[in-house]
Amino acid sequence: MLGRPLLHLVPHGTKINFMRGRFIGLITSAVLSIASLILFFHPGLTLGLDFRGGIVVEAQTQGPADFAKIRMELNQAHISAAGLQQFGAKNSVLIRLDAPKENNAEATQTLINQVKQAVTSAQDGTKIVRADAVGASVSSELFRHGLLALGFSLLMIMLYIWFRFEWEFAISAIITLILDLTKAIGFLVITHFEFDLVMVAALLTILGYSTNDKVVVYDRVRENLRKYHSMPIRELIDMSINETLSRTLATSLTVFLAALPLALFGGASLSGFAWVMLFGIVVGTSSSIFIAAPLLLFMEEGSLRRRAKKIS
Amino acid sequence: MMYYSRKKLALVILTCFIGLLLCLPNFMSAPSPKIPWRQIHLGLDLRGGSYLLMQIDLNVLTKNRLQTLSDNIRQTLISKDLGYKDIHSSDKDHTISFTLRSPSEKDAVLKALKGMPKAVINEFSISDAPNDQITLTLSEDAMKQRGSDAIAQSIEIVRKRIDATGAVDPSITRQGEDRIIVQLPGVDDPERIKKLLGTTAKMTFHLLDENATNPDFPPPGVTFMPMMEDPSKKLPIRDHIEVDGSELTNASAGMDQQNGEYAVNFQFDTAGAQAFANVTRANIGKPFAIVLDNQVITAPVIKGVIPGGSGQITGGFTVQKATDLALMLRSGALPAPLKIIEERTIGASLGEDAIRAGAISLAVGFALVIVFMLVFYGHFGFYADIALFANLILMTAILSLFEATLTLPGMAGMLLTLGMAVDANILINERIREEVRNGRTPLNALQAGFDRALSTIIDSNVTAFLSHVMLFIFGTGPVRGFALTITIGIVTTIFTTLCLSWMLIIRWYAVTRPKELPV
Repeated sequence: MLGRPLLHLVPHGTKINFMRGRFIGLITSAVLSIASLILFFHPGLTLGLDFRGGIVVEAQTQGPADFAKIRMELNQAHISAAGLQQFGAKNSVLIRLDAPKENNAEATQTLINQVKQAVTSAQDGTKIVRADAVGASVSSELFRHGLLALGFSLLMIMLYIWFRFEWEFAISAIITLILDLTKAIGFLVITHFEFDLVMVAALLTILGYSTNDKVVVYDRVRENLRKYHSMPIRELIDMSINETLSRTLATSLTVFLAALPLALFGGASLSGFAWVMLFGIVVGTSSSIFIAAPLLLFMEEGSLRRRAKKIS
Repeated sequence: MMYYSRKKLALVILTCFIGLLLCLPNFMSAPSPKIPWRQIHLGLDLRGGSYLLMQIDLNVLTKNRLQTLSDNIRQTLISKDLGYKDIHSSDKDHTISFTLRSPSEKDAVLKALKGMPKAVINEFSISDAPNDQITLTLSEDAMKQRGSDAIAQSIEIVRKRIDATGAVDPSITRQGEDRIIVQLPGVDDPERIKKLLGTTAKMTFHLLDENATNPDFPPPGVTFMPMMEDPSKKLPIRDHIEVDGSELTNASAGMDQQNGEYAVNFQFDTAGAQAFANVTRANIGKPFAIVLDNQVITAPVIKGVIPGGSGQITGGFTVQKATDLALMLRSGALPAPLKIIEERTIGASLGEDAIRAGAISLAVGFALVIVFMLVFYGHFGFYADIALFANLILMTAILSLFEATLTLPGMAGMLLTLGMAVDANILINERIREEVRNGRTPLNALQAGFDRALSTIIDSNVTAFLSHVMLFIFGTGPVRGFALTITIGIVTTIFTTLCLSWMLIIRWYAVTRPKELPV
């Protein structure tokens, strides 16, 4: 029935000299990551409800939402500093409030009821479709758990790579992953996607995906180290990247294609997640080639070679 | 490696078929209640509903415990005719301290304290200072135990109260040491339930101090409490509890025969009825206050002895208020107040939109990956597509078997798994291609390609597995759903690739014996 593939992603016998661009790659990556770090401290991430605490009410009005009227109703109820914005469709309103200063459960309850009241009375037929309130203590706890998940993941990945490969591989992988992660955070700052638990999930997925990508390249480097005893490391790494290039690109593309519809039609609540994923896939794929492998080259060449000999 | 028996292939296909059967319950209702019908539950973000995270106020629990103990100590010392001064408790250090009347009584006092019931005295450590002060400190362990008991008890009461509202399929679970999660599918305005759960419903009966008039300076043993209907009006309530609401055996909403107002009828147990009769007998003509959570519901004047232990509360109730009060009295008082610290409500329409968006994304993403594999891997890509399809079925089957909850991030997880699922096939195919180029025969190329790709496949999947297990452990709510789907997806991916699609390739080779591989 079906025969040969219609197309090949990478022509046979590709020999791109990736290591020649190693400094440019590393410097570009470092600059982007440092810029991301600066963005992280100023202006900083847009924290979502999970981590910021507070109140979010989403309402659907009949016909286009009349923001002036809603704002007036909120003012009348003495609700200040209410972030009011359109959310997706024209008849969708999103109201954000910080948690009440007193930080007690009752004050939050009163506030959320007042907001609901004000929004529904501004326009006839308005429905509350979502109302969330997260207390300050819970949000800081969620934040801590989110960071712990990221930290532990990095640690586990490093230990696993160390266990399966060598410490040089583990360290280059972790450095690359941290560079990837900071860029994703920079992307979040620029795009103003809210950083919440779902975004932590996205970042962890990027970590998993990016590691996966690096492991495939490393695997080939290790194999070639055993096979070609006298080849200079630089050539050997270039060869390994070229050999795995087709796979690297193919997998990136399938994951990209799977996530793309989510970004386009996933709705307001998931498209942010998907865009971050898409960004992460591009960054993760390029860092496998331009960062993780060159870092390996910078690690002590001699020790890699020696150990490879001992193993084979 | 190269020769899979028909039996093995049949087993793998059978597994996929069983998977298909396990998927069925998600698309139809059970033909008979006898058949175990396990299906994936939709999370609140997909079906609409309310999520409440409540925390018990342990400070109140400590305070109550210290209060009770202070009373006990007073009574013990008085009964032994031992003197004491300045007895006071501190909520902050969890201590009760008092000063001796005279140093010579120290031994007798300590002996009396140690003579208190074991269950009471075991919770405290007693220390005596040189200045004749005795301090009792509540132990951490005892408080932990009490907190834990209180949460267990609260869950029972919360369940009773929610069941009585007729909420469908509620889920009430404990989280950590002092929290309860309540999930209410389909409830998109949780106001009534929030009110029910936010009320401790500790009902007590008190006499009033009619001489006290100035709310700013209440005499000792008296507290001015606001009326429920009109909080600006305050009544001087004696602290001493005449009858405790925990001695109620039944409560129901009804109508007051005389004025047609809604009322709550209640019934005491024997001990409660006795106490109630005694109090009413001794205080005819005086007002008798019914207090609920430090608010006075009503304070009628006692007209005569009430011997049977049944009574009626009126206080300008609406039918809803009377029903809810009766319900709360029946279910009992919460050991300490529950505070709502996290609340999420999603309307049903929003959930439907989310499902639609998720389903469209899933379908489009799936189609794109399928086409990609056919275009770039031809014949072998077709086998990868079969594996991908089986993967989707098996993932759904396992999620159904676990009766897992599918959330919006969970759907995203499925989609990403589908994207990653073909990776193992890609790895094998690329390896086979290389081996063919190196001039190996088709059989050798297949064998070597598979063997070499295997360790890479394992390495890359184990790392992904590890990071998602971390996410499952530290994540909460929807994020856990995401981690769960991906973790399951990794397992099914390995199975469908290494067993199904690879076996199909081997069968194909064994049957056709091609001279050249279509790579």
